[in-house]
Amino acid sequence: MEGTGNADPQTPGTSLENAPTSSTQKNDKVEQQDFINPTINIIQSASRRTSTSGVSSISREETPPPLPPRPKNLAFFDSRPSSSHSLAPTRPQLVSKATTQLSYTDTQSYNDESREESLSSGASRRKNYFGLNVSRNASDAEDNVSVRSFAPTIEVGGDAESILGEVIGDHEKSLLTSLGNRFEDKESESLFPPDPEFEETFKQEFDEIEEMKADGSNEESVMLQWRAKLKHFLILSSAGKPIYSRHGNDQLITNYIGVVQAIISFYQGANDVLRGFTAGDVRFVVISQGPLNLVAITRLTESDAQLRAQLDALYMQILSTLTLPSMERMFATRASYDLRRPLQGTETLLSALADGFTRGSPSTLLSALECLKLRKSHRHVINSTFLKTRSESLLYGLIVASGKLVSVVRPKKHSLHPGDLHLIFNMLFEAGSVKAGGGENWIPLCLPGFNNTGFLYMYVSFLNLEHPTEQVQERPVSKEGEGDEVAILLISANKEGFFELRGMRDDLVEQLQKNGSIDLMRGAVRQGRPSCTDIVPGSPLRHFLYKSRGNVQFTMPSFDPYFQTALDRRRLMNLYHHLHAHLHTKPTHLKIHHSTSTTNISLAWTTPLFELYCVAPATTSRAALAQAANKVIQWVRKEEERVFIIGGAVF
Amino acid sequence: MADSGAQAQPKPSSSVKLVLLGEAAVGKSSLVMRFVNNDFQENKEPTIGAAFLTQKCNLPTRTIKFEIWDTAGQERFASLAPMYYRNAQAALVVYDITKPSSLTKAQHWVAELQRQASPGIVIALVGNKLDLASSNPNSGSSDGDDADAAPAAEGEEEGEEGEGDARRVPTKTAKAYADEEGLLFFETSAKTGLNVAEVFTAIANAIPETSLKGPRGVGGQTSLGRQEDARVNLVGGRTEGAKEGCAC
Repeated sequence: MEGTGNADPQTPGTSLENAPTSSTQKNDKVEQQDFINPTINIIQSASRRTSTSGVSSISREETPPPLPPRPKNLAFFDSRPSSSHSLAPTRPQLVSKATTQLSYTDTQSYNDESREESLSSGASRRKNYFGLNVSRNASDAEDNVSVRSFAPTIEVGGDAESILGEVIGDHEKSLLTSLGNRFEDKESESLFPPDPEFEETFKQEFDEIEEMKADGSNEESVMLQWRAKLKHFLILSSAGKPIYSRHGNDQLITNYIGVVQAIISFYQGANDVLRGFTAGDVRFVVISQGPLNLVAITRLTESDAQLRAQLDALYMQILSTLTLPSMERMFATRASYDLRRPLQGTETLLSALADGFTRGSPSTLLSALECLKLRKSHRHVINSTFLKTRSESLLYGLIVASGKLVSVVRPKKHSLHPGDLHLIFNMLFEAGSVKAGGGENWIPLCLPGFNNTGFLYMYVSFLNLEHPTEQVQERPVSKEGEGDEVAILLISANKEGFFELRGMRDDLVEQLQKNGSIDLMRGAVRQGRPSCTDIVPGSPLRHFLYKSRGNVQFTMPSFDPYFQTALDRRRLMNLYHHLHAHLHTKPTHLKIHHSTSTTNISLAWTTPLFELYCVAPATTSRAALAQAANKVIQWVRKEEERVFIIGGAVF
Repeated sequence: MADSGAQAQPKPSSSVKLVLLGEAAVGKSSLVMRFVNNDFQENKEPTIGAAFLTQKCNLPTRTIKFEIWDTAGQERFASLAPMYYRNAQAALVVYDITKPSSLTKAQHWVAELQRQASPGIVIALVGNKLDLASSNPNSGSSDGDDADAAPAAEGEEEGEEGEGDARRVPTKTAKAYADEEGLLFFETSAKTGLNVAEVFTAIANAIPETSLKGPRGVGGQTSLGRQEDARVNLVGGRTEGAKEGCAC
């Protein structure tokens, strides 16, 4: 579809170069060659990126220093402007492509080339992934060559063809082989084409990287493990000191930190801002926040804006630990200050965030929160109990059940920043350090969205809903029913407020138990999210995300039964990221975006009130999908006060 | 609690505020978890801020209810420490026997406690991770010669001593320091549970009777302490029956 973005032309070249990296064949010779290449790649693509595509996506950028592109890319270079700035060249490609591909109709739904330039980054990555697939999947050399040579011309179709990257030739093959019994299975079971490469990589994504041996004998395999990761985050100081890396220890990342730092400071030196670049199938996005540089490196389907949001969250986590003024002070005294010292112990929080982004988090994607579905009257009882027991120094009070908000109490003039809540939820439910300790906790933290200059103090107590009799016990005995746990968070600006808030917690829990709210919460938690067919009987939808813009909250159906594994969820999230990128591309504002692939049909729809993303099997017609989407909207409208917290308890 | 618990427990009971201090990752939370839940977690994530737990300890003549502040060891939380050790009747200063720098840090904490905390505070110096030391009972004390060399070799995980003994702080060194400062001294393993209950029992025994007049203890003058008592009693009364004493 919008594959004609400026970065596309590099596909053939880079895919050839990089294919071995991710290919499962572990050919030493090839790997080694690849070893040498990345740096060149990075620099080369950096220059290419900023000299052409950077301009198209970011108007603020000044004219970047001219760097000569690699000769082999020159041809594509020349063709880029025409393909990305006018529709004319795209059309013929579509048409000519249709003769070789199955899904001409599919490409028809992608008429919005006007967006393509700003989406180029996302497109280019997908594109490259596609390139990877080609070289990987085509087993015999002949196929390989022919498909590759096609790549530049069919790329538009290729992208439109499949959101999750599958090559037509490949697909045909799999179709033929599976026409028997398995074909039907696939239709009914999976929305996504099989992609063993991605599956394999994703499976290992969360594994720890081996320790480098002292004699360096396993250096190569360690490097390969490191490079095989789909997503990296690097945080470094503007002086180039490493602060955080998602994967690998210092020894491993030093070189990369050095290269990244060199690239960033090169542009800073030229009074330019480097926002991102592409190297092979990998997208790099950089943000500079004061004395920190944060880099996201991804091979997943994510747009620059989405990656920036993730980097912002990591930056907020750092501020949450240190506060902005104190961090600035540290660097003011010495630019080469080692920030890892004051951040000691928070690596787990940063990594929990990073893992969340790698698994794919609807909450981060939509910058919104999910609430526990409760009847309006029930929530009202909880809210008023909260208000009734509110103690003097309370600033915010929250009840959170398995990562979903149950109730909020807040001062009239302050609302809660979703980013802040995300940090808190991450700390309590993802990182697990607080919960694992048992007992009650008193945690100083800065909520940067609320005020990035000072600390607040948070009282945290977990209740075990499974054993209501033990609720007031101070130490939860075991942590088996984790999903059923409810946390009570009471935030105050008073450093010494622990016992005051502890008293409030006791009152609150006692009252909630007395008026039956605890039981209601337990019921709601147990019930979980409804399935699509519970919401709209007979709905063809497999999943959806509905974000209420006004409430900055979202709701979604259960991942079961279609998306039970982390891999399936990640693929679903890839699709959502893709749709989201389309809706949020500037300057064009799409209202509705239909997208079809051989295995699924999806819809993204935005109005001033909501954003809706939904997906159904490919056999669903567009009309049916649209109708299902409408039904979802009706359902949400009906259930609005149950699935969202509107206003909350205000004092 | 003293009142409500009186029916079930004829023995007089009193609350003792106890604070754990020490460098990051020496095993403070693990010690508490072993003491409170008799549980151990490998690779526990660092504590953020501080955790508050309680556990009772039955002595022959009375019951001590520990109100434990398990603090985070990271440098950035150091400024909050006074809030936790103020009015504390007991402190557990923990170091890691495989890490000499952690003993240095422990000594700083001891000095700060002696300077700033309530006079009469009972301090126990605890060398944790005893399971990492070789089982040879002599190794700890006979390695006295290595005491000076140890800090230099700190970086290496496996020293020349062989037998996989990761101990870098000889028992003798720490014991001598503890005696000099009048501290209780123990080497423990939160992982195996070795000596953990003993530490708390020893502290309970060392708390002077005079400071245990009631549930209120000598502390509780600040807002922190006062509130605490009110709440703790309430909770303690309720859990009394379910929790039958601690390991000690």
